[in-house]
Amino acid sequence: MNIVVLVKQVPDSGSERKLDPADNTVARAAADNVINEMDEYAIEEALTIKEAQGGEVTVLTVGPDSATDAIRKALSMGADKAVHVVDDAIHGSCAVQTSAVIAAALGQMEYDLVMCGAEATDAQLSVMPALLAERLGLPQLSGARKVTIEGGTAKVERQTDGGFWALEAPLPAIISTWDTINEPRYPSFKGIMAAKKKPVETRSLADLGLDAGSVGLASATSKVLDFAGRPPKGEGVKVTDEGDGAQKFVDYLAGQKIV
Amino acid sequence: MLDYRLSDETESLRTTVREFAQEVIAPQIGEFYERDEFPTEIVRQMGELGLFGLPFPEEYGGGGGTYFDLCVALEELARVDSSMAITVEAGVSLGAMPIFRFGTEEQKREWLPRLCAGEALGAFGLTEAGGGSDAGSTRTTARLEDGHWVINGSKAFITNSGTDLTELVTVTAVTGDKPQGGKEISAIIVPSGTPGFSVGKRYSKVGWNASDTRELSFDDCRVPEENLVGQRGRGFAQFLSILDEGRIAISALSVGLAQGCVDESIKYAAEREAFGQPIGRNQAIQFMIADMEVRASTARLAYYRAAEKMLRGEPFRREASIAKLYSSEVAMDNARYATQVHGGYGFMNEFPVGRFYRDAKILEIGEGTSEVQRMLIARDLGVG
Repeated sequence: MNIVVLVKQVPDSGSERKLDPADNTVARAAADNVINEMDEYAIEEALTIKEAQGGEVTVLTVGPDSATDAIRKALSMGADKAVHVVDDAIHGSCAVQTSAVIAAALGQMEYDLVMCGAEATDAQLSVMPALLAERLGLPQLSGARKVTIEGGTAKVERQTDGGFWALEAPLPAIISTWDTINEPRYPSFKGIMAAKKKPVETRSLADLGLDAGSVGLASATSKVLDFAGRPPKGEGVKVTDEGDGAQKFVDYLAGQKIV
Repeated sequence: MLDYRLSDETESLRTTVREFAQEVIAPQIGEFYERDEFPTEIVRQMGELGLFGLPFPEEYGGGGGTYFDLCVALEELARVDSSMAITVEAGVSLGAMPIFRFGTEEQKREWLPRLCAGEALGAFGLTEAGGGSDAGSTRTTARLEDGHWVINGSKAFITNSGTDLTELVTVTAVTGDKPQGGKEISAIIVPSGTPGFSVGKRYSKVGWNASDTRELSFDDCRVPEENLVGQRGRGFAQFLSILDEGRIAISALSVGLAQGCVDESIKYAAEREAFGQPIGRNQAIQFMIADMEVRASTARLAYYRAAEKMLRGEPFRREASIAKLYSSEVAMDNARYATQVHGGYGFMNEFPVGRFYRDAKILEIGEGTSEVQRMLIARDLGVG
């Protein structure tokens, strides 16, 4: 079972994140960049499948030079090798353009399964599995909370608000995973030491047979026109108890869909 | 050349241990500490991370890293909790290191893979109730009888000696008299569960409460003659030769605690409001935290310097003593100031700084007291 896991480096969702006022793209240079948290679950699931069924796990990343840190983490966790698509022209690409780059890279790889996190914590579009499925003509099993691979078939439980859907599709397929699926392992020190010897191939747009004009901010299908910081936290809701405090409290929780 | 940047691998290790400490240790260690309980499952997980095998070669199941890698990991553990840091420190420096340095090939093959994996813990039984660093005061004896050592005596303050994972204790004992006079002291492996070897109950300690520290006693305890570690009569000298590097490890642990005090104080100063604003707006608080950061940073440089000399194979005894002395006092100072920043809550066990305060004092005592370090430094300078 050869699995390609799509990994994205994103600004740490736990620290302050900014857009670059020069072109309204994500300010990556000054950010505390980490592997997209949701991708770690996909890596873990891919490693678990590999450990049970054999095969190889390859990491595929599109991103600047600094994205090697995210690749190294994935390799430390146990992935076997990596492909890093890096090209200055890709900066500012929209999801549609990025999916063309990923699809072209996948076209040069052999795989039974493509896995990724259900969303990236920077833009949170969650559209990549669908875009890739369309471009590659593959079935997509998105939002999985459970994955089973049997013979040539992938079965997943797709997480929904009220429960799950049981889905299956023939391989090769694209599966995206939520953070309910497993508990990603920490890289062991042996894994960290082994990672530096694992092969990382870099590809440019030219290597993938893509025209630089087809990607990047200038020809993106969507652009951020303007942005503003999150408004400061409000005062909250104050409820005066006039004998019906409990009811008001429950009404509030219900209104927020908390209960 | 001057370059204290960490290699990519050491930096990855540091990040991983930091995440592990924050996500796995921090949420649950307070309860273990309160209950005076050794968190076996956390220790197993630290084993899976490879922390117990860091400085040992891969052929014995180690990670193939350096002693400095171990120090960096200890610093990040102690930044969150010292009980877990000292458990790793003792497991490596006292449990596995004597066997790795002085053991026979058979002893290494038998013990190191499980010790490196953290599946088994080893302890070192040197100290006795009557004295710590004074070899002459050793009272435990081992006499050779029919191809077996017969051990009698007791040991005090032995870390990792009675956990569910403990599988051996290396014990120092008097095995005879030296030809030139004085006691001949040797080190002998005693597997856990050997008849005649009993492990006492856990001490009630001021700090490090989630770590395991016990009294051991030996009553005609018999182990095979080949359990001797290294040369007969060199038991104490061997131990002294690995003491210097242990001081760098304790220094790293102290720096971690000192840095943890900074982390917690920054967080608290931003959250806690008094007189309508966060207390961090007050210069008194700002200066305390700035001073804490200065101390932690300079103490880190001290242990980096000692480790750098050690890795280059140069003598590092003075630097190790300087690092240990300075960083343990820094840990104590920062724990005092961090508690002060927290005010009344600093005296409550629900905040980590209370734990840091209780854990700091032992750093000025263990692995050579501050007075021993000053004596060693002065002696090295040719004073007196």
